[in-house]
Amino acid sequence: MATVTDVRTQERVSTGAAIWSWITTIDHKRIGVLYFVTSLIYFLVAGIEALLIRLQLATPDGEILDPDLYNQLFTMHGTAMVFMVAMPMAAAFFNFLIPLMIGARDVAFPRLNAFSYWTFLGGSLLMHSSFLFGQAPDGGWFGYANLTSKEYSPGLSIDFWGLGLLVLGVASVAAALNFIITIINLRAPGMTLMRMPVFVWMTFVTSFLIIFAFPAITAALIFLEFDRLFGTNFYEVAEGGDPMLWQHLFWVFGHPEVYILVLPGFGIASEILPTFSRKPIFGYSAMVFAAVAIGFLGFSVWAHHMFTTGMGTIADAAFAGSTMLIAIPTGIKMFNWVATCFGGRIRLTTPMLFALGFLTTFLIGGLTGPMLAAVPLDLHFQDSYFVVGHFHYVLFGGLILALMGGVYYWYPKITGRMMSEKIGKVHFWLMFMSMNLTFFPMHFVGLDGMPRRVSTYAADMGWEGWNMFISISAFGIGLSVLVFLHNLVVSYKKGEPAGNDPWDARTLEWAIPSPPPEHNFDEIPQVTHRDQVWYDKYGEGHGSAAELSKVDTSVAEHAEEDEEHDVHMPNPSYWPLLVSAGLTIAAAGLLIHILVAIFGVAWTIVAIYAWSLEPASDPPNEH
Amino acid sequence: MSDAALAHEAHEEHPTSTGLNHRKILMWAFLGSECIFFGSLITTYLVYRGKSVVGPYPGEILNIPLTSVSTFVLLMSSLAMVLSLAGFERAAGAGTDEERRRSELKKGRFWLLMTAVLGTGFLGFQVYEFYEFVHHGLGLTTNLFGTTFYVLTGFHGTHVGVGVVWLVSLLVLSYFGKVKPLDVELGGLYWHFVDIVWIIIFTLIYLIPS
Repeated sequence: MATVTDVRTQERVSTGAAIWSWITTIDHKRIGVLYFVTSLIYFLVAGIEALLIRLQLATPDGEILDPDLYNQLFTMHGTAMVFMVAMPMAAAFFNFLIPLMIGARDVAFPRLNAFSYWTFLGGSLLMHSSFLFGQAPDGGWFGYANLTSKEYSPGLSIDFWGLGLLVLGVASVAAALNFIITIINLRAPGMTLMRMPVFVWMTFVTSFLIIFAFPAITAALIFLEFDRLFGTNFYEVAEGGDPMLWQHLFWVFGHPEVYILVLPGFGIASEILPTFSRKPIFGYSAMVFAAVAIGFLGFSVWAHHMFTTGMGTIADAAFAGSTMLIAIPTGIKMFNWVATCFGGRIRLTTPMLFALGFLTTFLIGGLTGPMLAAVPLDLHFQDSYFVVGHFHYVLFGGLILALMGGVYYWYPKITGRMMSEKIGKVHFWLMFMSMNLTFFPMHFVGLDGMPRRVSTYAADMGWEGWNMFISISAFGIGLSVLVFLHNLVVSYKKGEPAGNDPWDARTLEWAIPSPPPEHNFDEIPQVTHRDQVWYDKYGEGHGSAAELSKVDTSVAEHAEEDEEHDVHMPNPSYWPLLVSAGLTIAAAGLLIHILVAIFGVAWTIVAIYAWSLEPASDPPNEH
Repeated sequence: MSDAALAHEAHEEHPTSTGLNHRKILMWAFLGSECIFFGSLITTYLVYRGKSVVGPYPGEILNIPLTSVSTFVLLMSSLAMVLSLAGFERAAGAGTDEERRRSELKKGRFWLLMTAVLGTGFLGFQVYEFYEFVHHGLGLTTNLFGTTFYVLTGFHGTHVGVGVVWLVSLLVLSYFGKVKPLDVELGGLYWHFVDIVWIIIFTLIYLIPS
């Protein structure tokens, strides 16, 4: 039985037992930390890949990387940043924060949650192990057929990519299902849907996007692997197959994926901006409905990635129109954020700076979106550096800056210590300036005709000045990441103790100690308002609030009496890890030998049975 | 579901915001996700219809009478599934009436077994069908029809197979007193879903002439 006392004794155990406790953990907070650390490592790996690419492109006729290696690096940079950095780092925040924000003790399925993490780790290690064999994926993160066919991509590189992504897809869908159920079903009493923090709403919408977008790429990847492993004809032109099938299925997944990536950033900014503007979020329900609208529209725009494939005028016009429609809900969000700040008492802390940086850079990335949605313009921009500039503004500006702000904002809650504001501000300004200096000129060289995905360019194209400038700026981003890491480590040891609520913030996680105890809440909170913690601290301005909170306390005291003896947390389990290992072995087996794959499947089945027969909690809990 | 069964469940499970069980919502959401997966496979089949450059073509090889029988078998398995769940629920709601509990549980188990048997029967038809097709020269790699047909119906068959294993596991566990009506209901949701997917496949692939 894991009660409060157990948590305290756990802190004094040996290293071996400590590692074991992390391997078998099903605590959403620890899994969140695992997600964060793992995705941070991949962020460094994929970042180094980007810097190598920039070294190569700094001068014309660069000879640092040969074209094969260049292809591998830009493929793995893109794939890793999307699937192993952006999504899992967002998942780290989901994991740590969602139960705290809705007043729950854990997610709905704690073991499934551990399974998601280990499967993510297995899939990402499987894909990265390709580097050991010198066969890293080299078909681009979009993996267009039929470049990926056995004929044009012999060897195992594409198989590492396809099978790795299939495993990662299982992890993402499992995690998304878990968050959907958690948000639907584990809200504290009084936490109605329209009282949930905006971050919770964004997680909710993101999770739905994941479960409806991933099956499309799963099917596309299964077709690809069947073509490559068993000789089927899905993308075989000679047999009547059509490579466009891949593009449609990939982008049916791929465009919702863009919102899967950026909505968590929206959520984080929507928590930081009100806290440091000392105002509730402006237009809460408009924010929620705009996100839901983005979620729906996100499924109707995929073919805007395919204007140059000759779909015909009508399809082009329809997809251009639906794409431009997305500017409306996104615009609503943008204006609401600005209105949230407007007239507020703004405190320019590091998280706030990052949130404001997010607003401005995401706006620029957002504005180039409708430019690319206009078919006549897109025909010129397609496959140029303009597009690279556009999506780096959206993803670096829209997601990475928001995630960084989120780290500064919630680090005190996670570790109990503040991050250094001084180093944080150096980090912000260096990263903000460098990213703009890196990605803005990409629009210029793109308009000048510089193509993406090409390992070098001739000296007489007139691109060398900007490229050198971009490369130097890119190293500025690299430096800013080192400053960030330094801050993370130093603050962990020497940061100021944070206390429960260092930012004077609004949501439920700030009402409990930092770091939170294993069971999160001694008593499940009663929710009566949005921004509940502000309400508890300040009331609604005048008299009545005090009386209301008095009523609340009595309710809470009752709850405490009832639950004092009932904080049973589920037991740790190693079966999620073993199921993930079985899945990864099965996928790896398809690269090695079919018998290994069968062994992996058998392992998985045994582990699933053991998992389902293992009691989720101690017998005394089963009344 | 009877009130007694509801009360039984409420006693077993922790309260939730919606009053619905976690696992039941999980199953619905998972099946929603599966819709897109099968949607992608079915769409691919339809997009490639009539695009094969060599035979055998669907019209020459599809055996509609035989598959109608196997479809009927699978549909009947859904009926058996419903009867099985009804048995388990009534047994759980029988309260202190031990005799009634036993007889209802027996019915539940019998129909659970029947569901698995009918599901296995469907799989037998599918194996026979594949065998016949290969015999007539249609392999997985022969043409686009073979590729899309085998992958679509193969993934559906795999789902049926997983379902049969699931049902048999439930049956075995029920003798250890570890199966609640909800467990049967979740297996049933999955089973009916797989069944419905087959109705779509049967209509689009077999019944609409190419």
